[in-house]
Amino acid sequence: MSEQQYIELYQQCRQMIFDHSCSVLNAVRDAAFERFSKSGFPTKKVERYKYTDIEKLLAPNYGVNLNRLHIPVDPYQAFKCDVPNLSTLLYFVVNDAVYNGEKAEPRGERIPLANPKLPEGVFIGSVNELFSRNASLATSLSSYYNQLACQDVDAITDLNTMLAQDCLLVYVPRNVVADKAVQIINILRSDVDLMANRRVLVVAEENAEIKLLFCDHAADDRNFLATQVIEVFAGANAKIELYCLEETHARNVRLSNVYVKQERDSSVKHNVITLHNGVTRNKLDLTLEGEGAACQLGGCVIADKQQHVDNNTLIVHQAPHCTSNQLYKYVLDGEATGAFAGKVYVAPGAQKTSSQMTNQNLTSTTEARMYTQPMLEIYADDVKCAHGSTVGQLSDAALFYMRQRGIPEKEARMLLQVAFIREVVDQIDLVPLRDRLHHLIDKRFRGELSKCEGCKLCR
Amino acid sequence: MLEVKNLHARIGDKEILKGIDLVIKDGETHAIMGPNGSGKSTLSAVLVGNPLYEVTEGEVFFDGKNLLEMKPEDRAHEGLFLSFQYPIEIPGVPMTQFLKAAVNEKRKYQGLPELKASEFMKLMREKQKIVQLDNKLANRSVNEGFSGGEKKRNEIFQMAMLEPKLSILDETDSGLDVDAMRIVAEGVNMLKTPATSCIVITHYDRLLDMIRPDVVHVLYQGRIVKTAGPELAQEIQERGYDWIKEGL
Repeated sequence: MSEQQYIELYQQCRQMIFDHSCSVLNAVRDAAFERFSKSGFPTKKVERYKYTDIEKLLAPNYGVNLNRLHIPVDPYQAFKCDVPNLSTLLYFVVNDAVYNGEKAEPRGERIPLANPKLPEGVFIGSVNELFSRNASLATSLSSYYNQLACQDVDAITDLNTMLAQDCLLVYVPRNVVADKAVQIINILRSDVDLMANRRVLVVAEENAEIKLLFCDHAADDRNFLATQVIEVFAGANAKIELYCLEETHARNVRLSNVYVKQERDSSVKHNVITLHNGVTRNKLDLTLEGEGAACQLGGCVIADKQQHVDNNTLIVHQAPHCTSNQLYKYVLDGEATGAFAGKVYVAPGAQKTSSQMTNQNLTSTTEARMYTQPMLEIYADDVKCAHGSTVGQLSDAALFYMRQRGIPEKEARMLLQVAFIREVVDQIDLVPLRDRLHHLIDKRFRGELSKCEGCKLCR
Repeated sequence: MLEVKNLHARIGDKEILKGIDLVIKDGETHAIMGPNGSGKSTLSAVLVGNPLYEVTEGEVFFDGKNLLEMKPEDRAHEGLFLSFQYPIEIPGVPMTQFLKAAVNEKRKYQGLPELKASEFMKLMREKQKIVQLDNKLANRSVNEGFSGGEKKRNEIFQMAMLEPKLSILDETDSGLDVDAMRIVAEGVNMLKTPATSCIVITHYDRLLDMIRPDVVHVLYQGRIVKTAGPELAQEIQERGYDWIKEGL
């Protein structure tokens, strides 16, 4: 049983973990450990984990940087965005620690707690940092931490809660609109095989707005395992855009659990893009808790070789008059495997629900495998819900039409695959990101994206 | 230009072309008529290399080169163009991107440098006028949501962009109203030079009044059974095919 090594690790290193984290994180740790040691990792018999073998993924002995050794990396040097116009406020998370820029600053001078480029009151940074410098705000936000995560029965989430030593906090107070997009670069950097446990908490209060882009990169050719828990609270009428882009490598395992709670009239856009990876599992639990809330969820996957991508969603329509839209598209080549399992649950009384779930997939080879499982569970009688899924190949007629015009078969295939994926990318509101993605997707299909573009260490 | 010798082809187990012989010289326009199911569309599909069809016998030379050995894209680069009877809709592939790829691949094949974006746009605007194609259509995905007439005009627009040596118009007049047919025919005539040839596959002499053929062939049961001058089209329009079948 691969959970045993994590149980022992926690028992042996509990004090060390506590020492390096603030009380916000420590307060919920032991309870998560209790749950984890009881449940262990889910087997493939567990419904929501049937397409990804979690036990196997967590069996290897990864190093965990519990003692918070400094990782020598200057992310500003390591990461250079090659696409112009992607003007964002940059933040870095190195492995699972929020990068505070201390190495770039003169000794003894700490960067200001609030980024002057952000509107007043907005905080983005390490919760440990906030706790040491503004304990009252940290404490007031602590009630959000783990509130959604602990309601889920998920060993990955519990493991993350018990081991996470830092948390990236994104806080947008009431009525504040953060115009400029915030880009968070997750860099995995290590000389030994490493497990990182990233944690993110996003709180957007009433009428607040924020756009977030997470980019996952693996900078070293090591076996990496990253668990990630993102909790998102969208207050009444808040607007949140949350984009996650993965460009890692074949030796990377990503286990991401995202929890979203939406209050009245809030809007959440979430898009997960897997451009290059090893094994990826993205779970999303989203609850529409207030009337009139709307979410638009998208995912696109380009996978080949032996890559594995599993997207699993649960959308709960708790309140009436809410809207949810899901569009997930996969292009699988080589021996890649893809899975999409999505469930829309319409609670009793959630009348006038409007929900659409679509999963479309292209398998380019006979070895590529796609598992798709769209589900609806409806307990209200005045709703509009639809779901559909397709698995197929490129149209021979379209391919021949293009070849007759002189476009070589390989190029024609690529244009058709790009066109297929395009629909998901076009849903992204952040125009520079959309343009960058079109560019990256093009490169990906041309095989010019070996691991991650824009990351010097990868080249 | 084109020399077809004893061409046999089948789809699956069904033999459709049973020995076609056809010679088209530079600058000539040939009409191919014939009852439904006689093999007209198959002949055009085989010439452009549609992988659905298998050539079982015979040879085809295009400007002296063995056409049947070439990939469809190379046949296009050599100057062969098919105006599809049913143009394909390709959602998500913008018209401009599609044509830019087509034009530049051909230039690459010819050893010419790629067109710059500005040069390409200028070329597009020029050629759109030939078939009165709205610039808005060029910004859409290939044929997506185009009306029947727009699709056919779009075929001729692509022909104008690619400047083929030999164009095959497969029932380009089907589904067109009189005005659209005139626009298409005028476009084809405008693109005609003494060095380019054309095969017009049609059921009706109306198109052939506008695109004057030098030779008219009748295809029946996979063979060319009659070849004559343009007056044959008129005669078929009046008398149908039975008198030709009976004479066999």
